[in-house]
Amino acid sequence: MSNVGIVIVSHSPLVAEGTADMVRQMVGDEVPLAWCGGNGHGGLGTNVEAIMGAIDKVWSEAGVAILVDLGGAETNSEMAVEMIGEPRAHKIIVCNAPIVEGAVMAATESSGGATLREVVATAHELSPS
Amino acid sequence: MAALDLSRLITAAADTIVAHADALTELDRAIGDGDHGLNMKRGFEAVRAETEGFSAKPLPDALKAIGTKLVMTVGGASGPLFGTLFMALGKEISPAPDRADLTAAFGKAIEAVAARGKSQVGQKTMLDVLQPVHDALAQGKTASEIADIADAAAEATVPMKALRGRASFLGERSIGHMDAGARSTALLVRTVAEILGKNA
Repeated sequence: MSNVGIVIVSHSPLVAEGTADMVRQMVGDEVPLAWCGGNGHGGLGTNVEAIMGAIDKVWSEAGVAILVDLGGAETNSEMAVEMIGEPRAHKIIVCNAPIVEGAVMAATESSGGATLREVVATAHELSPS
Repeated sequence: MAALDLSRLITAAADTIVAHADALTELDRAIGDGDHGLNMKRGFEAVRAETEGFSAKPLPDALKAIGTKLVMTVGGASGPLFGTLFMALGKEISPAPDRADLTAAFGKAIEAVAARGKSQVGQKTMLDVLQPVHDALAQGKTASEIADIADAAAEATVPMKALRGRASFLGERSIGHMDAGARSTALLVRTVAEILGKNA
């Protein structure tokens, strides 16, 4: 699939999965979508390995936009992108946007065939800078 | 500086974190999400379980591998932050560092942690311990002085207002509590300094 992939990273698997459900309701299967949440040990948190796995799952040559909730999700996502490294890393962007609204808006933009830059810009519009 | 006994350093660092895990979690519970001690314990236990493998590597490779292990196992923001500290130290340090090498590499590692956390000194984070420790290294302080400086620096985060991390959500209410990451950093510094000090 050539549409931009979307990854949802929350501290809570319930939030991540619920957000993914809302995205699916909007865009069906037109957008590669994956979510991860939890510290990998049954608790709240985020896990670099799981984030890397989610990125792999939705990988698209058009790129991948990651939506995160709180600070640790952002830091761990940035770490995951760095560990994936080039040539893919520059096509993966961690968005500065609220996770639910950002994921739904980004996926909707992606479903129309938008570029990674356009998808990320749509999500960023939700965050007052 | 005598040859590093990496196996002893790893074991001692992990033992320290495990022994203080509950106290660290207690600090984090006051002004954070209350998982710091548990997360650090998980990470350092994972590192300790592979002490033999890490110790067999040259120092730079061992530090990088320890950092990667922490990134993969800690499970909170501390994973990338402490992981980056070790990974960057491994990238910058020479295989048999003298004090000048260690000081320079430590300085670069602090820059990497600051970039990873988008933070700087004075924001009530681990950087508020790392930077004074670096300065003490550069000024030629003894190992025991450095350990004391690290403790004092962690203590000095108490009156600070948190500007990064979960504690920053509390604003003024973060004042009056020690930063958990600063405390765990000071614990690690004391453990390492005491061992290196005896070897010196």
